[in-house]
Amino acid sequence: MNSLLRWLLATVSQLHEETAGVKTISFDVPGWRGHVAGQHVDIRLTAEDGYVAQRSYSLASPAGPDPRIQLTVERVDDGEVSPFLLDELRVGDSIELRGPIGGYFTWSPGTAGPLMLIAGGSGIAPLMSMLRTRALASSRAPARLLYSSRSERHIIYRGELDRLHGARDGFILTHTLTREVPDGWTGERGRIGRTPLTQRGFAPRERPHVFVCGPTPFVDAIADHLVAIGHEESSIRTERFGPTGESK
Amino acid sequence: MHITRGFKGKARADAATRDRVPPGQFVTSDFPILTAGPTQRTGLDDWTLSFQLDGKLLARWDWKELEALPQTEMKTDIHCVTKWSKLDTRWRGVTIDDLLRAAGLAESPAGFVMAHCDGGYSTNYAIADLIDSRAMVATHYEDSPLPASHGGPARMLVPHLYFWKSAKWIRRLAFKEQNVPGFWESLGDHLRGDPWREQRYSGDE
Repeated sequence: MNSLLRWLLATVSQLHEETAGVKTISFDVPGWRGHVAGQHVDIRLTAEDGYVAQRSYSLASPAGPDPRIQLTVERVDDGEVSPFLLDELRVGDSIELRGPIGGYFTWSPGTAGPLMLIAGGSGIAPLMSMLRTRALASSRAPARLLYSSRSERHIIYRGELDRLHGARDGFILTHTLTREVPDGWTGERGRIGRTPLTQRGFAPRERPHVFVCGPTPFVDAIADHLVAIGHEESSIRTERFGPTGESK
Repeated sequence: MHITRGFKGKARADAATRDRVPPGQFVTSDFPILTAGPTQRTGLDDWTLSFQLDGKLLARWDWKELEALPQTEMKTDIHCVTKWSKLDTRWRGVTIDDLLRAAGLAESPAGFVMAHCDGGYSTNYAIADLIDSRAMVATHYEDSPLPASHGGPARMLVPHLYFWKSAKWIRRLAFKEQNVPGFWESLGDHLRGDPWREQRYSGDE
């Protein structure tokens, strides 16, 4: 962790619309030194007058040395950077980034114990890196994902998640929809409370490594539920984003 | 400098505001919450603050004793390493200077400090970064008791460093000779974290 995190020039190689308002951006990053699942990068955008904006985004691509990395970016309507990334950025463009950053919200396939993932919306991105890493390593570590989306059309990585679930290698996927639930929906409905965490997650005695990522109120609520159920606080790792709704 | 094709950015802040925003930061009116794990909720009856010097207990205050110490208000800008800055935040608490005085020290010890918090979080400082009215144990934010989500009942407030140094749920300050990395500092964040020098990560400057 002591080597300098240099700014690297990353070139867009592919843009893929995941859902309305969410894109996965693939970059080629010469000089990239590899990452572990759950880490993020800082990006730096510079306008012609020298004005600079920096933001952090989770890596969605699997761990490893591959200099082709992916970020999955959700539009923040009044945002400064995400509308640029979604609307302006083209294949062949270059932006500055540095990383990987973060050594706590991370998971590696060698880790003993089950992997319990809880995602809200675009909070799926770093957890997807963990699941992709797990699959590429042919890990049989028991893994469960509870993934909360507003509606079916808001589900990111849906096809790939279904395939991972279908591989029957110890990974179990549970979707929940909070707003629009279609007829015939077989997943959970409503916000993730204690019942799905108990029935669809791992029990505290199974000593899972728990990663929760999503909007701040979502993560706060889930973390409190997990503690109430009896999960060790030190086993619960969280990443929050977005507004708290507190203007003061 | 690499110009990003097509990036214009939003309306620029006026010059006065711009001078208050460190490099790479943007101003928000929200108060984001960032925590590595669950929110800690220690009741006031169970809460104490301890100072340790070279491993020995120097002083301990319960909540009432802390509230009885001189209270200082601080209006300050805060800067999170995740890029947001928030201007003109108002806090109340007890400065580290007053706590050291209350602990019976005529002058502050030399060296370094580790802050220890409920939930296992820790962060390190040079003592020079905590004294001379630069830092406090804050118990109130904008005239209200500090909510647990923002580190209540009491958090460190060290506003001239990145906000991960303003440790939530503070319980113990350990004064020592050596500078040992705390939680984030041992996971890749900068040992000191001066936002004006953009000391975000280990290896920066």
